[in-house]
Amino acid sequence: MNATLALVGATLAGASGFVAAMFGGRSPRLATRLNVWIMLLGAAAGITAALRVLAGYGDVTLHHAWSVPGGAIELYLDPIAAIFLLQLFFIGALGSVYAVGYWQPEQHPNATGRLRVFYGLMVAGMALLIVANNSILFLVGWETMALAAFLALTAEDCNAANRSSGFVYLVATRVGTLALIAMFALLHSVTSSFALPIGGVDAGSPAASAIFCLGVLGFGLKAGLMPLHIWLPAAHANAPTHVSAMMSGVLIKLGIYGLIRLGSFFTQIPLWWGIALFGLGAVSAVLGVAFALGQHDIKRLLAYHSVENIGIIVMGLGVAMIGRAIGRADLVALGLAGALLHTFNHGMFKALLFFCAGSIIAAAKTREINQMGALGKRMPYTAAAFLIGAVAICGLPPLNGFISELFVYVGMLRGGALGSGATAILLVFGVPILALVGALAVACFVKVHGIVFLGEPRSIACTSAEESPNSMLRPMAILATGCILIGVAPVLALGVLEHAIASWQLGVASVRLTTMVPLVPLMWANATLLAAVGGVALLVTHLVPKQTAVFGPTWDCGYVAPSPRMQYTASSMAEGLVGLFAIFLRPRTQPVELIATFPERSHFESHVPEVALDLVVVPALRGLVSTADWFRSIQPARTHLYIVYILIALVGMLFVWH
Amino acid sequence: MPIGQLITHLTCLLLLPPLLQGIIVKVKAAFAGRVGAPLLQPYYDIIKLLRKSVVVSRTTTWLFRAGPVTGLVTAIVAGLIVPLGFPGAPISFVGDLVFFAYLFGLGRFFTVLAALDTGSSFEGMGATREVTFACLAEPALFLGLLVLAKRSASLSLSTMLNGAIPEAWSQVTAPVLLVIVSLFIVVLAENSRIPVDDPNTHLELTMIHEAMVLDHSGPPYGMILYGASIKLFVLGTIVVRTACPFEFASSVLNWVAYLAAMFGFAVAIGIVESTMARLRLQRVINLLIAACLLSAFGIILLAR
Repeated sequence: MNATLALVGATLAGASGFVAAMFGGRSPRLATRLNVWIMLLGAAAGITAALRVLAGYGDVTLHHAWSVPGGAIELYLDPIAAIFLLQLFFIGALGSVYAVGYWQPEQHPNATGRLRVFYGLMVAGMALLIVANNSILFLVGWETMALAAFLALTAEDCNAANRSSGFVYLVATRVGTLALIAMFALLHSVTSSFALPIGGVDAGSPAASAIFCLGVLGFGLKAGLMPLHIWLPAAHANAPTHVSAMMSGVLIKLGIYGLIRLGSFFTQIPLWWGIALFGLGAVSAVLGVAFALGQHDIKRLLAYHSVENIGIIVMGLGVAMIGRAIGRADLVALGLAGALLHTFNHGMFKALLFFCAGSIIAAAKTREINQMGALGKRMPYTAAAFLIGAVAICGLPPLNGFISELFVYVGMLRGGALGSGATAILLVFGVPILALVGALAVACFVKVHGIVFLGEPRSIACTSAEESPNSMLRPMAILATGCILIGVAPVLALGVLEHAIASWQLGVASVRLTTMVPLVPLMWANATLLAAVGGVALLVTHLVPKQTAVFGPTWDCGYVAPSPRMQYTASSMAEGLVGLFAIFLRPRTQPVELIATFPERSHFESHVPEVALDLVVVPALRGLVSTADWFRSIQPARTHLYIVYILIALVGMLFVWH
Repeated sequence: MPIGQLITHLTCLLLLPPLLQGIIVKVKAAFAGRVGAPLLQPYYDIIKLLRKSVVVSRTTTWLFRAGPVTGLVTAIVAGLIVPLGFPGAPISFVGDLVFFAYLFGLGRFFTVLAALDTGSSFEGMGATREVTFACLAEPALFLGLLVLAKRSASLSLSTMLNGAIPEAWSQVTAPVLLVIVSLFIVVLAENSRIPVDDPNTHLELTMIHEAMVLDHSGPPYGMILYGASIKLFVLGTIVVRTACPFEFASSVLNWVAYLAAMFGFAVAIGIVESTMARLRLQRVINLLIAACLLSAFGIILLAR
């Protein structure tokens, strides 16, 4: 029943774009409505399925024969899959509502229908891969998602930047799929079945290590783990905003889902797997946020924060895997709970921030933060929503980001400060790393919010900006409420998480989360915090009645004619921290040359390049292409010669095998 | 926690902090050969500011008023997690050290936004420096707390900061010494004291914290001063209780010892401020990295 319901949801989501496209020519209004309502209906089915599984109602498997060799319609919806399914349909539905105001058919006459079709297919593909329990079916879902995402992000293909970022994404996703096909083939050679196993695979063999490495490559490319994130910033920056929100909020998380499923194939896990994931996560988290600091394109900046948060999630997963390797059930529970909850939370606040970014870009007519300013006065609701998202993504109390980071923190503290041995040393230094990431995230989001919403406007567009329509504000309001709700009442998530952990605790005894992180005193602390803020705020309004306040200009230390251009910019705020990380960030500045006593007008600019892509991958691929040139001489593009090659190859093979 | 203890804790937390500032100023005056302002001058300043009217910049939004409120409240709530004279704090749970550190992050978030709300480049400069140095001060604070957590094998500040002197000092002397120095540096940096920042000037090159609050006036400015003194008091308590973990049978003796140690701590800050010059901004980063390393070595000593 539940699996069928999830399939119905996927089908409706996939159909939503096609149905709208049929009516798009005749009645754009009807098409928009049909698109949103079919998507909402599909989401309702999918969310019902996920909630039923999480509540423990109904069956979780479905089995049908399928004519594809090795394939079978084999579905399995465990609580972990249900969490991802819930997130997918929740954000997918909000994204399609947001698109009503954001992507109006009149402004994009050629791309609207296409975008809806590919958006729907993307949701359907993701739903399919989440519930799939057969590697062929999983790959079908994976490829549907990957290709639909490519086509959705290049919907505006008249734009050269969109095409090039789409191409980089396409190459990256193909490489990832190649690794996954190899991984599933190896898995088949070990288990002699295309069904995804739960436990039982021997992790000691070289084949298991190869499966793990291929899985990290394939899933890590999708998740955007640090050295593999090359496609992510440009794709998120150039895609239509609701597609960016979907990609950042849900699509890259399916790489995490893959890694979690990968962990459940094996009963025993070698310690180095956990250590490798923990290390990769730490690198992603620190460098992701450092690169984010250097950006001044708002969507690219948010994209790098996805890399950071994926890093935090993978650190949690690393803690859980280390826990399984050394038989510490508490580390498994805390690490996995942190990873799963942060996945869900990040989906909410990152989608929220991207939705806000879409509104901001529509109002300011640019993605350049340094051209904005004072939008908070013109767009108070967007500013408030962005503020909630920013506090949440920095992991600050009392919002949801803090809860999930707390699980990871307590996991590392229990393994590090209360444990002993080599893993304790490793885990204990994860704590200051996460603290550094948190402080850098605060620096970055203070920068974005301060430059975009506060101060004086830096461009004419900002002085006449308009607040977004309700269809864009409502999804933001729902997501912001969600962030607050999980933050002040984390016990809501506790039962779900314990349910999910129980299905992954292979080889270790089960423990209760509540015994390790008592959330009730934390809720009291949060309540005290909120009550005190409210009380003091009331006291201030009592002490300072509005009538007595004198309004004047900002005090500028006696300088008489300050102009908005003298304000600090995003680049000047980040300059010091970017300098600290210069060895990785390679910031480029064009120095100002002042000649003569009365210099001419001059120009200064600085930016942080895509180091991994521009300075490593592209030169390496160029080198590969030039070495491969040598082989071109045997490819003269003459058919008869190729037939001769085939003949020689066949004769050679016959000779070898007979 | 019994209601009597809670009231004592709150009274002490809310009333004593400005006194520390008074002591620091007195010590500095003594070093300079002056009489100095009265010991209670910080109280007079705050009371005077609460009665003044407010000048608000036209550029600002509601965040400008939210900054001082959040800064004050986060410092007070952080003070509820730290044990003062009693063995325990009003609020304690596993992992409350993370909550403690992140509360200051929340306070910083809104203080800095309030500074950026004015659109002034001076306040932008202060805000930038504040968040930059925080990126090193926060890991240093966490590393220091980690040493304390590892020493006491607990993850709650109430139990981390307890432990009788003989055990605490005799068995693990070196890590405790390292962490005290490290946390002392963190306290100086987080509270914008010399050698990181000069609380007496608010112009040009020295400015970090003072530059951020240039545009505040009247009661909100009073709240900023009050919040800053509570922050010093709370973070100072961590250093003091690490260095002097008294545990007498009588709670009166405990309180006397604790308060004496706190006043000693204020004198120590006064001495540092009188004998040192402010560091160049680039050097501050080195100082904070040194604080991180000291605690990191403390952890390694405990883990060997």
